[in-house]
Amino acid sequence: MRRAAILAFFLGPLAWQALTSLWPEAELTRPLPHALTLASYAGLGATFARAVLNSLLVAAGTTVLCLAAGAPAAFAIARLELRGRSLLLGGALAISMFPPIATVSPLFLMLRAAGLRDSLPGLVLPYATFALPLTLWLLTSSFRELPEELYRAARVDGCTPWQAFARVFLPLSWPALATCAILVFIFSWNELLYALSFISTPSRRTIPVAIALFAGEHVEPWGQIAAASVVATAPLALLILLFQRRIAAGLTAGAVKE
Amino acid sequence: MKPARQAALMAAPAVAVLAAVAVLPVLGAVWLSLHRSIVVLHEQRFIGLSNFRFLLSDGRFWSASGTTAYFTAVAVAAELALGLPVALLLQRGGGLLRAAVLLPWAIPTAVSARMWAWLFNADYGLLHRLAPGIDWLGSPRTALHAAILVDVWKTTPFVALILLAGLQAIPQDVIKAARVDGAGPTRVFASITLPLLKPAILLALLFRALDAFRVFDAIYVLTEGGPANATETLSIYAYKTLMRSGDFGYGSMLSVATFACVLLLGLGLLRVLGRRP
Repeated sequence: MRRAAILAFFLGPLAWQALTSLWPEAELTRPLPHALTLASYAGLGATFARAVLNSLLVAAGTTVLCLAAGAPAAFAIARLELRGRSLLLGGALAISMFPPIATVSPLFLMLRAAGLRDSLPGLVLPYATFALPLTLWLLTSSFRELPEELYRAARVDGCTPWQAFARVFLPLSWPALATCAILVFIFSWNELLYALSFISTPSRRTIPVAIALFAGEHVEPWGQIAAASVVATAPLALLILLFQRRIAAGLTAGAVKE
Repeated sequence: MKPARQAALMAAPAVAVLAAVAVLPVLGAVWLSLHRSIVVLHEQRFIGLSNFRFLLSDGRFWSASGTTAYFTAVAVAAELALGLPVALLLQRGGGLLRAAVLLPWAIPTAVSARMWAWLFNADYGLLHRLAPGIDWLGSPRTALHAAILVDVWKTTPFVALILLAGLQAIPQDVIKAARVDGAGPTRVFASITLPLLKPAILLALLFRALDAFRVFDAIYVLTEGGPANATETLSIYAYKTLMRSGDFGYGSMLSVATFACVLLLGLGLLRVLGRRP
């Protein structure tokens, strides 16, 4: 009973949105549709397809940047004699709690000065403010879980610290790298404030901006908004179905231990 | 190369990125808040603490602070109250249930807010069809609570997952021992589960409170702060001043004020969190 109520509360709105996306626009005033149609999806057109592509590019770029910069740093924190490692971890945690509005105005001026405002690479860098701290925390704890003897053995066999990281620890940590990539991808896919503030050309909008600013000429195109929502949700639903255990574990990693 | 040097080199890119996109901009916002700065006019002039003095007498700022505090308190309380039963259900297992609650958490807030705007629609929305007569987003009294409902729907799953991790860390022996000693389910929950779950509850409270205080997406999409500024939070007011009016000086002052509030809230909650029995 309670289970049914909880499922209805969390899934009911999504089901109604999915139904709306198939509801003929002219029949939206009726209690229920007489027939279902894909017209709302067909009406989304090239602008929204462009937004999907932009979101994919920005989320993938952020994921690559954060793993490339974050993995070596996390290894240095976890296994090497890095001075100021607790400062770095603590600072990263504090940065992930920053309200993004606090950095919008200086980032706007910095990106404009660098010629990156209103461009997709100009979103990847600001997205590191929330994605890189997450990467550092997840990967540091996963590198710490691998036995310390592993590092010493690699060193005795003649590996430099970098080689121990690249040839021994990195290949063994692929599950943590995958979890991290999935979470960074989801957070970047969903970001609104920076994208809304820095992007002005409509063809460079990401999905959240496109959906937030979705407007018709006369009336709100609820059917098309619903269709766009379903398209924006589909990749996330797929990620959850495939990796729900990993996502849940990554979200709460360290929450109980530390 | 010395290992310590190699360690520093490996950490350098991440440190540089964090410094460039987070530390430097925060200092930059403080610096901008000391200026009169209109971005389209390329005008920038040092005015000291004038923006700060204006902030203290700005009724709209105090009203936005009150709205943000109310939103945070009510949303987080509701999420903890609803998150606990969801976590207890999740503990009994079921991948389907976990996938079902993860979906609201994973979809973009802008998307979920647009979805709820359709549910709240005063003419044809589902809530109107089920219980007509309430203009959810059109009335100042209900609009903020509508935004809170959207936040609860979206972030209760996160609270539930943290509480679930806390529940799973409680040793089953303790609970079994209490059962053997004759304690009923309610007694076990109140005297053993709940006290042992306290760290997880406080952690969820900390994360959610800091996140709710910076609320922007849901309110921007649902009402843009309206009707009559009834749902205008600090982030929304700062965004409008920066990006709509182009006033980077006072807008940065509002950003810095929001940042200071989050910092104080975080430090305050950490003091409570750190106090372990």
